[in-house]
Parts: sequence; C-alpha cells; structure tokens
Amino acid sequence: MKKPREITKLRLDEPAIVKAFSKELAMPARREFLRYAWSLGSLSLLSGCALSNDSSVESMLKSVSRFNDRVQAALFNPDLLAPTYPESMITRPFPFNAFYGIDDVPDIEADDFKLAISGMVQDKHAWTLDELYKLPQTSQITRHICVEGWSAIGNWGGVTFSTFLKRVGADTTAKYVGFKCADDYYTSIDMPTALHSQTLLAFYYDGQILPPEYGYPMKLRMPTKLGYKNPKHIMEIFVTNDYPGGYWEDQGYNWFGGS
Amino acid sequence: MAGQTGKLIHPGWLRVTHWINVVAVTILVTSGWRIYDASPVFKFKIPPDITLGGWLGGALQWHFFAMWLLLANGLLYLLLNIFSGRLLHKYFPIRPADVVHDLFAALKGKLVHEDPAHYNSLQKLAYLFVMVVSTVVIMSGLVLWKSVQFPHLRVLMGGYDNARIVHFFCMAGLVAFVAVHLTMVALVPRTFITMIRGR
Repeated sequence: MKKPREITKLRLDEPAIVKAFSKELAMPARREFLRYAWSLGSLSLLSGCALSNDSSVESMLKSVSRFNDRVQAALFNPDLLAPTYPESMITRPFPFNAFYGIDDVPDIEADDFKLAISGMVQDKHAWTLDELYKLPQTSQITRHICVEGWSAIGNWGGVTFSTFLKRVGADTTAKYVGFKCADDYYTSIDMPTALHSQTLLAFYYDGQILPPEYGYPMKLRMPTKLGYKNPKHIMEIFVTNDYPGGYWEDQGYNWFGGS
Repeated sequence: MAGQTGKLIHPGWLRVTHWINVVAVTILVTSGWRIYDASPVFKFKIPPDITLGGWLGGALQWHFFAMWLLLANGLLYLLLNIFSGRLLHKYFPIRPADVVHDLFAALKGKLVHEDPAHYNSLQKLAYLFVMVVSTVVIMSGLVLWKSVQFPHLRVLMGGYDNARIVHFFCMAGLVAFVAVHLTMVALVPRTFITMIRGR
C-alpha cells in the first residue's frame, strides 16, 4: 500500500482514492489492461514522428491536402476583398524572404528582359518591360501573410492581372496559370484567383520600381494567398489545364495556399 | 459483463467522441507547436523533439488533417450532448455558492468524488471551459487559415495577428486542462476504465 500513503502526504481526496485503488487491486485483469493501455499510449506517442516517414501515412496526408484544395476553391468568394490599409501602417522595412539568402537574389538586366507567354493564350508575343509599364497601373496596400505565420503590410503597384490575361487573350476557362521565375522558383494558381480584382502583376513597390529583393522585374501579388504563392522574378507565364505544381507545393505545402 | 460495477455512466457516443478527440487534439497540439516554431509569437520556442511533422510543411499537413477530425467530432459531440439533454442535465445549474464551497474543499484536499455519474461544480466548470475554448480555438484557427474568406470572424478575433495570439492561448488553456485532467485520472484510475467500458 505504498501509493495511498504518498497521496495522503499530498492531502488529497484520500477516502475516494483508497476506495478506487482497492477496487483496482481487487481486479488483477484490469490492472494488466491498464498497464497495457498506458504502454500502448506512450508507444504511439513515441512513434508519432516516425509515422510521417511512413509512405501510406504520407499519401493519406497528401490526399487530405488535395481535399483541402477543393474546400478552399469552394470557399473562395471572387467578390470578397482582402482588407487594405493606410500608408502609415506599412511595415518598414518590409522583410526580405526567399528560399535562399539575400546575396543570391537574381540580377536581371532590364534591357534584354522579355516576359514569355505560353499555353492557352492567343497572343504569345514576349513582352518588354516598357510595354508592361504602359499597361494601366494601379496600386494597393495589403497584408502579406507568410505560411510561417508572420505577416507584413506592403504597397504594391502594377497591372490588374485579369486585365493582362485579357490582353494576351488567355482562355479563362482553363484551370491553372503557371509561373516560371529567374531564381528557378515556380508555382501555379487557380483561375478564379488569377481573375480576382486584387491580383496584381506588380512592377512597383511603394512607388518605386520593384527592387531586386522584392522580385524585380515583377512579382504576382495576391492578398488572397500566402506568400509562397506570390512568385517573384517572373520570366514566363503560362495558362494550362495540366496541374503545374510548385517549388514548395511539390515538397508538401498546400497547393491552393489561400487566405 | 454488465452489473460488475453498476450503471452506465458514459454512453457509447460519448466514449467514442472522447477518444477521437484525444487523437485529434494530440495531433493538433504537437503539429501546432512545430508551426509555432516557424515564426514564434513569443520569445520562446517549443523543443522540436516533442513536435509532430518533422518540418513546417509536414506539420501543416498533420494540422490540416486533424482539424477536420476536431471539427466533425466536436460538432457531433455538441449536437448529441445538447439533444440528448445530457448537457443541461450534467452541467447545469452551476451555483456560485457551490463553486466557492468546492474550491475550498479541493484546496483542503477534501473534495469528495463519490458518485462518478455526478459532476461537482468544479468539474462542470472545467468541462464547460473545454467546450468554450475548443469553439474559440476553431474560430481563431479559421481566421488564420482563411482570413480573407471569414471577414466577420477576423474582426471578432481582432485581426489576423491577434488571432494568432488567441489561437495560442486557447492551445495553452486546453493543454492546462489536459494536465489537470490526466492528474485526476491518475489519482482515480477507475475513471479511465469508465471512459472505455462506460461503467
């Protein structure tokens, strides 16, 4: 009767505990069962991390992630706008973020730059920066939310992406718009988000030409999606019905990545 | 089988939803810690050894899998609890005088728990606390997941950044409850059997 004595020291509900313990002791089968239950419980906790490496668990998690893509597509309301903020709320300095360090930001020459357009579009001519700058420009101050959890408010300017898609005669019944970038990054988005009124092909940050660390010469800015869905240093835009995936998405981040 | 230790205390649906909840909350809390570590809200990190997922992407997959378990199971539990009349019958009324009395009794180590079918006022409060916190953890989680698509919830949670803090404290509240709950089960192990067999 060691245990009840210890508990007495703690001045707890003594009679009830003694009663409970004597009941347990009277039932050896239950004691066995309890012991097994506890060890089974702790074993399953220990193997929790290893479980991730199991291929069947991994494919289950991936199919749930595809299911979550469909839920998010259904939840997405094209008329709902992300909140906008006054200039005084801009995060300064706006954080640099990429899958590499700031020293490895690609160095792109304006003179020989041309944006390639491919896939389900009528006009596949490559765009110079001057041509792009001549498109109708707009700007917005919105919150950039990173998949890591932090967020920052910034001011992006450029052409509304739906305007650009119309200009190149994109088939807007297609499923995806894909992006290939100068830093070997790639990603893709759903057509409804591509046509959202706050989705910008951004050439400016805070009134200045988009600096290299924020994605020169252009990034796709979507306040309705997480940061990793907003490609920088875009070299090519294509419209397709074949799932193009993405740099982080192929490693396990959710594809829709909407907020 | 029957008659060994008396009448049914926990109906089958309650035991099933309880154990599904154990799985869901364990996955959500441990994967949530890994997600927290990617960009800590406060000035500490959770030791990676006790987190689930291996990296941020893996943790997010676990989190966004188990959220469906918590949501579906939680809704089922609440609906059955309400419409079976169990919620009203087991948890109400809560008299302030009883709470004060039970609190002092518990502090003196003299809180009696003779009839496991009947909750004392502190148990009532603790279980209602869990129901409320679970609701808020889901609401703040929805804001973090889809802040643009749930504008009213976002405002209710005080904006995106504030929703992270609300979500964190809900987690802390649930973990604190689990710690007390497990201590009680360790002190009165009979309750563990009851949650499996119902009697």
